[in-house]
Amino acid sequence: MPVSTTPQGLPVWRRRTTRAQWLQYLAWLAGVSLFLLCWKMISDNTMWVFVEDAGRQGADLISRMTPPEWGYANVLWKPMWDTINIATLGTALGIMMAFPVAFLAARNTTPHPLVRSLALMVIVSSRSINSLIWAMLLVTILGPGVLAGIIAIALRSIGFVGKLLYEAIEEIHPTPVEAISATGASRLQVMNYGVLPQVMPAFAGISVYRWDINIRESTVLGLVGAGGIGLQLNASINSLAWDQVSVIFIMIFATVLVSEWISARVRHAII
Amino acid sequence: MSEQARQQAAQRGQWRRLPLIDSPRLRWGLAIGAVVYLFLALASVEVNWERVAEGAGRAVNFLGAFMQPDFVSRYDDIVAGLLESLTMTLTSTVLGVLLAIPVGLGAARNISPLPIYFVCRAIIAVSRTFQEIIIAILFVVMFGFGPFAGMITLAFATIGFMAKLLAEDIEDLDWRQVEAVRATGASWWQTMNHAVQPQVMPRLIGLSMYRLDINFRESSVIGIVGAGGIGATLNTSLSRYEYDTSAAILLIIIAIVLLCEYSSSHVRRWTQ
Repeated sequence: MPVSTTPQGLPVWRRRTTRAQWLQYLAWLAGVSLFLLCWKMISDNTMWVFVEDAGRQGADLISRMTPPEWGYANVLWKPMWDTINIATLGTALGIMMAFPVAFLAARNTTPHPLVRSLALMVIVSSRSINSLIWAMLLVTILGPGVLAGIIAIALRSIGFVGKLLYEAIEEIHPTPVEAISATGASRLQVMNYGVLPQVMPAFAGISVYRWDINIRESTVLGLVGAGGIGLQLNASINSLAWDQVSVIFIMIFATVLVSEWISARVRHAII
Repeated sequence: MSEQARQQAAQRGQWRRLPLIDSPRLRWGLAIGAVVYLFLALASVEVNWERVAEGAGRAVNFLGAFMQPDFVSRYDDIVAGLLESLTMTLTSTVLGVLLAIPVGLGAARNISPLPIYFVCRAIIAVSRTFQEIIIAILFVVMFGFGPFAGMITLAFATIGFMAKLLAEDIEDLDWRQVEAVRATGASWWQTMNHAVQPQVMPRLIGLSMYRLDINFRESSVIGIVGAGGIGATLNTSLSRYEYDTSAAILLIIIAIVLLCEYSSSHVRRWTQ
């Protein structure tokens, strides 16, 4: 504890030394100035007239959205089914690809450091590109439709599942692995009986968690043409049918709540 | 199969590993359900194979563009988009975290009264359910095109994310410290400041760094609906088939995310 003394010779408790205190002030100053600088740049690029108008616009929007046009829900069952399919099939495809990648990326199961860095690169590039961007790319390549959505979700899921899974593999207990290899098991057998049982619960949990996130993400893929309820959302917004938009919002909200509940239940049961 | 039966079978030399799901009825039910679902789902996926074959050439073009990304010809647009994305990321994270703190306090069952708890939980549920893009559409209608709408969107999404994790953190904090501070006759404000805040601060900083990273990634897409940032540039380049520029933008995004992740893991190690 840094202690300084008053001129009278009494010790005074301070939390930081003078130097640390000044450094902290400086860090705050730098942080606040950076924030203000960024704020100014945004403010320069903003039409403040529109922002001042926001309250009225918001009220207008709400009045257009209510009451929701419930009849429109009948049209939405098929797109909703497509959305759930995009999320589920995409997750399934994604975890199938993520599984080997994770084993190649984990320090204790990788065959070679070079392979490891390659696998890590796959994981990072898949993680840093949003599924919507993947969808945009795939729509130009595969054409609009559910298939582009499924593959976009799968490509995005590789990184997420792969990263969490390889971290789980690196944290396994080494003793079962040693025991299995002491019996003279081959490399694959060690994986199968020593590593796999230890990471299986984590793997199932991660997959369900990603499925839950994917349901949320697949609701918007239609905005770029990749199928699902987003197509309907885009059409309704473009035709300014806000009472249909609110029906879509309510359906998305309900679906996401249900999927979140399922995923929480499953993860609870596993852990 | 009971534990004893397993043991006896093992002694006879018949060994099988334990299944992931204990109850056989649930296990088989899930398996059959999965097969039926897969069948139904795959049957309803329509694929236009002619279109896919047609697009294969573009896929090759795109991969080629990744080999030779073009940073130069749209340099100004890329820089402007990136700056907008970065400023949006920073301001929205700061604003979002500042607003998330009161919401998070309100959503922690152990320190807030029931009515406030429900209000805060409702805010979190709404902000977490909707994708950033959907929120961005609404805010673009309200605030007009440009980075301001994007910033508000990201800040709103940050509130839900941070407040939920913060509330969970507060709910399982060490209650003895709170009691100790309360026993000195501290006011509510002082209790928060001296008993709750020191316990959640390291995690709060770590999560803020993580959210900064997420916000940057999201800021690269909300431009698609007109909320500013690099997403608009990317979208334009893709729809004009300038794949080499798109590849350059994607590579820049990957590089910045890597940098963010690397520095945030350092900050987290330093605060914890």
